[in-house]
Amino acid sequence: MSSTKAARIGEEVWKTRIDKVNAELVTLTYGSIVAQLCKDFEGDYMEVNKQLDKMGYNIGLRLIEDFLAKTNTGRCANFRETAETISKIGFKVFLNITPTVTNWTSDNKQFSLIFDENPLADFVELPDDGRAQNELWYSNILCGVLRGALEMVQMQVDAHFASDVLRGNDTTEMRVTLIRMIDDELPPGDD
Amino acid sequence: MVILSILILNKAGGLIYQRHFNEGLNKLSSNDYLVLAGTFHGVHAITSRISPVPGSGGLEVLESDQFRVQCFQTLTGTKLLIFAEPHQPNIDVICRRVYELYADYVMKNPFYQIEMPIRCEQFDRQLVAYIKPKQ
Repeated sequence: MSSTKAARIGEEVWKTRIDKVNAELVTLTYGSIVAQLCKDFEGDYMEVNKQLDKMGYNIGLRLIEDFLAKTNTGRCANFRETAETISKIGFKVFLNITPTVTNWTSDNKQFSLIFDENPLADFVELPDDGRAQNELWYSNILCGVLRGALEMVQMQVDAHFASDVLRGNDTTEMRVTLIRMIDDELPPGDD
Repeated sequence: MVILSILILNKAGGLIYQRHFNEGLNKLSSNDYLVLAGTFHGVHAITSRISPVPGSGGLEVLESDQFRVQCFQTLTGTKLLIFAEPHQPNIDVICRRVYELYADYVMKNPFYQIEMPIRCEQFDRQLVAYIKPKQ
């Protein structure tokens, strides 16, 4: 599937089949979750990152079915196609953003998603305690969502943030690496 | 149009949902339904292997004089089996809609445990509301 075709499907599904909710509600709900975790783990930001990833993972395991049911997309032929589908259809229908896919490694197993906008992080300033800026990945839930969703379609990936504008970096970048295809559970192709 | 029965199999071939909508099929004991699901799962895997078409998705439709079975396999490996009258039209539309209901009322229920039997009242209600008026 080409990038333009993915963009067209994403746009179409987002317009016609998605119930919209108030963006502030999402931002504030997510914000209060992260803030509460920071409180519960007494500023252990590594643990907060881990918990956010875990929560995202559990969301991803479930969200993938909604994604497949709503978008009616078939299996991707390769990881490049997967990346385009994540950006142009996945992020589009759930968050109405399309992060840029870039920085491919030559073996086509690693790419970056650059987030020009991030609805989770609107209005956010990280705590000024000298550590949060270096340790907390505020939007880490998204990494977990990708990991969980891709696992359900037989791809084991690693996803982590490499930079975040909240930390003062120039861009917000997530790095996604294909570890392996989970072959033993692969249901036969569907085309 | 008449939908007789719907079964949902998890990716390991375990039966996680079974419901009758109309008379027309013999009722089986709950144990036999589990066996039926497991057997279908195995047969499906075999058909995809022996198919002459490369990359075949395996058994999709099984037709008899009395009924037809449509198998809709999602990319995650979950299977929906829909038993209908032999000449049921638009069965793929029905499959997709049932899949959407499953995504909404089963997977989005935070207390549903993935891969486990489906006991979600809302899903039942929505499924009946979708299937019944069509008859």
